[in-house]
Amino acid sequence: MATIDIHPHTTTHHDDHAHEHEHHHGNFWTNYVFSEDHKVIAKQFLITGMIWALIGGVLSVLFRLQLGFPDADLSWLKPILGGWLTPEGKIDPEFYLALVTMHGTIMVFFVLTAGLSGTFSNFLIPLQVGARDMASGFMNMLSYWFFFVSSVIMFISLFISTGPASGGWVIYPPLSALPQAMQGSGLGMTLWLVAMAIFIASSLLGSINYISTVINMRTKGMSFTRLPLTIWAFFFTAIIGILSFPVLFAAALLLIFDRSFGTSFYLSDIYIGGEALPNQGGSPILFQHLFWFLGHPEVYIVLLPALGITSEIIATNSRKPIFGYKAMVGSMLFIAILSFVVWAHHMFVTGMNPFLGSIFTLLTLIIAVPSAVKIFNYVTTLWKGNIRFTSAMLFSIGLVSFFLTGGITGIFLGNSAIDIQLHDTYFVVAHFHLVMGSASFFGMVAGVYHWFPKMFGRMLDEKLGYIHFWLTFVGVYLVFFPMHYIGIAGFPRRYYSWTNFETFSGFADLNMLVSAAAILTLSAQFIFLFNFIYSIFRGKVAPANPWNSNTLEWTTPRNPGHGNWPGEIPTVYRWPYDYSKPGAKDDFIPQHIPYSETPESNFPHENELIKLELNNETIKVEGKHGH
Amino acid sequence: MENSSAGEFKLIEEPEKPLAMEPRKFSMWLFMGSVIMLFAALTSAYIVREAEGNWVYFEMPPVFTISTIVILLSSVTMQWAYWSARKDNLGNLKLLLTITAVLGFAFLVLQWEGWTQLVAAKIYFVGNPSGSFLYVLTGVHALHIISAIVFLLIVVVAAYRLQVHAKKLVQLEMCTTYWHFLGGLWLYLFVFLLLYR
Repeated sequence: MATIDIHPHTTTHHDDHAHEHEHHHGNFWTNYVFSEDHKVIAKQFLITGMIWALIGGVLSVLFRLQLGFPDADLSWLKPILGGWLTPEGKIDPEFYLALVTMHGTIMVFFVLTAGLSGTFSNFLIPLQVGARDMASGFMNMLSYWFFFVSSVIMFISLFISTGPASGGWVIYPPLSALPQAMQGSGLGMTLWLVAMAIFIASSLLGSINYISTVINMRTKGMSFTRLPLTIWAFFFTAIIGILSFPVLFAAALLLIFDRSFGTSFYLSDIYIGGEALPNQGGSPILFQHLFWFLGHPEVYIVLLPALGITSEIIATNSRKPIFGYKAMVGSMLFIAILSFVVWAHHMFVTGMNPFLGSIFTLLTLIIAVPSAVKIFNYVTTLWKGNIRFTSAMLFSIGLVSFFLTGGITGIFLGNSAIDIQLHDTYFVVAHFHLVMGSASFFGMVAGVYHWFPKMFGRMLDEKLGYIHFWLTFVGVYLVFFPMHYIGIAGFPRRYYSWTNFETFSGFADLNMLVSAAAILTLSAQFIFLFNFIYSIFRGKVAPANPWNSNTLEWTTPRNPGHGNWPGEIPTVYRWPYDYSKPGAKDDFIPQHIPYSETPESNFPHENELIKLELNNETIKVEGKHGH
Repeated sequence: MENSSAGEFKLIEEPEKPLAMEPRKFSMWLFMGSVIMLFAALTSAYIVREAEGNWVYFEMPPVFTISTIVILLSSVTMQWAYWSARKDNLGNLKLLLTITAVLGFAFLVLQWEGWTQLVAAKIYFVGNPSGSFLYVLTGVHALHIISAIVFLLIVVVAAYRLQVHAKKLVQLEMCTTYWHFLGGLWLYLFVFLLLYR
C-alpha cells in the first residue's frame, strides 16, 4: 500500500514541476542565448547553419568564377579578397585550393551535419516522441556552444594572412602534416584541426542526447513501431555519429602529434627542397583508413536525416500512409550498418591490395539495395496519392530525384576497375554533390518549409517557395549534370586551371555554363533567405496543424513554451501514417486519437486494442482522483 | 475502492515503458561506446601500421604489470564501496571511495614511471611509431583516468556530505561503471600491447 501512496504523489510532484517550468520566465540570456530549451537550441543551430551555408555557397561561386571564366578580370572583387587576387586580377592559386577545402569542410560538417542534424534532431525528437525536452538540456546547450566556438575558430581561419587550410577537406598527410608544404598547411591547418576537435565534441554531446531521448523519454504508447520515420532516421544518424566521430578524433589526434610534436605516424621518407626530413616509419595510407572510417559513415550522417524528413513530408502531402514503414526502417538500419564496411572504396587507387578492392566493391554495391528500397517506397507512396504540392513537398520530390540520379553514378564509382578512370575527376564531384550534397540540402530546406510554422508560428510564403524550388532544382542539375561529361573526359578535380592542357580546352564552354548555373543557384537562395526573415515577422499566422499532419508536434500550441505541452503530454494510440484511412471522417487521424473514437475506420485487430485503451481511460480518471 | 483501482492503475501502467532507463546512466553508456570507438581506432591503426613493417620492437616497461594490479585492486575497492552504499554502510563507503581515489592516483604515478622507464630504454615519443603509439595509447587512457578521478572526487565529496546512500545511488553507480570500464580498458590495452609488440 505504501508504494501506491508514493507513486501518485511523485507524479503530482512531477507535473507541478513541469508546470512551474512553463511559467518560468528567465532573462534574455537564459531564454535566447544560453537556453536549455530544445526548440531554441534548434533555431540556434538552424541560423548558424544558414550563415555557414551562405559562406560555403559564396566560396563555391568564387572558385567557379576561376574555373568557368579563367581569363576574366576579377579585380572588382578586390574589396572582399584583397591580397588573394594576383596583380592580373586572378584568384591566387593557393587561395583557390583554400576555397575548395573550406567549401567542402563547411558544407559537410557545419551545414549538413550540424545545421541539419542539429536543427531537426533537436527540434523534432522531443516534439515527436512526446517529451518535455531532451534527456539533458545542459548537455544540449553545451553541444550548441561547442559548435559555436568551433565555428568561430573556423571562421577566423578564413582571415589569417597565410589563409585557411587548403589540403582538401580530407586533409591527407603529408600535405596537411608539413607546414612547409604549402601556406595553408601552417596556422590555417592548425585552426582547422582545433575547430574540428571541438566540433567532434559538440557532435558527440548532441548524438548522446538524441539517442538517450529517443529511447528513454517517449510518451505513453509511443512504441518503436509507432515512431515517425524522422525519429528513426535521427536515431540511426546519432548512432552512426557516436561510432564514427571518435575515429576521426583519433586520426586528427595523431595528425596533431605529427604536425606539432615531430612524431611519424603518417610521415616517412620525405624530401623537401632536397633535404630529407627526420620522420621515418609512418604511413599516409593509415590516415586515409582512419579518415574514411569516419568519412564514409559521415555521408549517411548527412543523408539519413534528410531521408527521414522527406519520408514524413511525402507521406503527409500524398495523404497516404508511407509505403512499407518497416522496409523504410529496415533499409535505414541496413544502410547504417553497411556504411561502416565500405570505407576503402575511397582508396581504390592508393595502392591498396586489389583483393581487398574487390571485397569493398561488393560491399559498396550492396548499398544500392536498401537505397533502391527507399526510392521504390517513395515512389509507391506518391503513386495515386492526393498529392499537395507544397514547397516542402516539391523539395522532397527533388530529393528523391537527386538521390536517384546521384545514386546511379555511385554504382559506377563503387566498382574498383572503373574507378581507376574516374577517380578524382569531376565525375566524382558530380556524384557526391547530387547524392549527398544536393539531396541532403533539399531535405534540409524541405524540413524548414514544413516545420517553419511550428518553429516560428507563421507560414513561409508558398509562391516564393515555388520560385525558390524551381530555380534551385534546375540550377543544381545544370551545375552537376555537365560535370559527369567533364569527368568522363578525364578532368581532374581540385585543379586551378586546365588551360595549359590542349586536351581539356574543348570543355571551356561547358565549364562556363556550370559556373553561370552556380551563380543562378546561389542567387535563388536569397529568395529563400528573404522569405525566411520576412515570414518570421510578417508571415501569415499559422493554424495549429497547417498540413493536417498526424504527428505529435502539431498537438502543441502555436508557439509551444518551455515544456512543449501546457497540460499533460498526449498519449499515443496509433502509428503516425493513418492518412486517408478507409471509412474515416477526415483524411488523417493524428497519433493521439484512440481507436475507441474512430470505430468507423478501425481494422479488426485495432478493435481489439480498444479494450486496452478503455482500461487506460478509466485508470486515468482514477489517477486524477488520487491527487 | 479508489485505492484499489489506483493499485490496478500502477500494475497496468508500470510495464508500459519497458525500455526506459535513467537517462543520465544511459548517456554514460553511450559515452563509453564512443570511448571504445576511439581506442578501437587507435589499436587498429596500430595493427595496420605494424603489418607494414619498419617497426621497432622493445620490451614493455615492467612497471605496467604493477599498475595493472593497482587498477584491478581499485576496481575491487570501488565495487566494495558501491555494495557498502547499498547497505547504507556509510563509514565503509567513505573509506573505500577514498582508497579507490588514492589507488587511481597511484596508477597515474605508475604510468608516469612507465614512461620514465621507456625514456631510459631510449624509446621516445618522437621516433619509430611503435614507441609513439605506446605513448599515445597510455596517454589517452591516462587522460580518461584523470576524468574518472575528478568524477570520483565529486562522489567522495557527496559521500562525506551524506548525499550518497541506498536511496540515492545514481551518481555512484555511474562512477562505478565508468571506473570498471576504464579498468577493463586498461586490461585490454595491456594484453593488446603484450600480444602486438
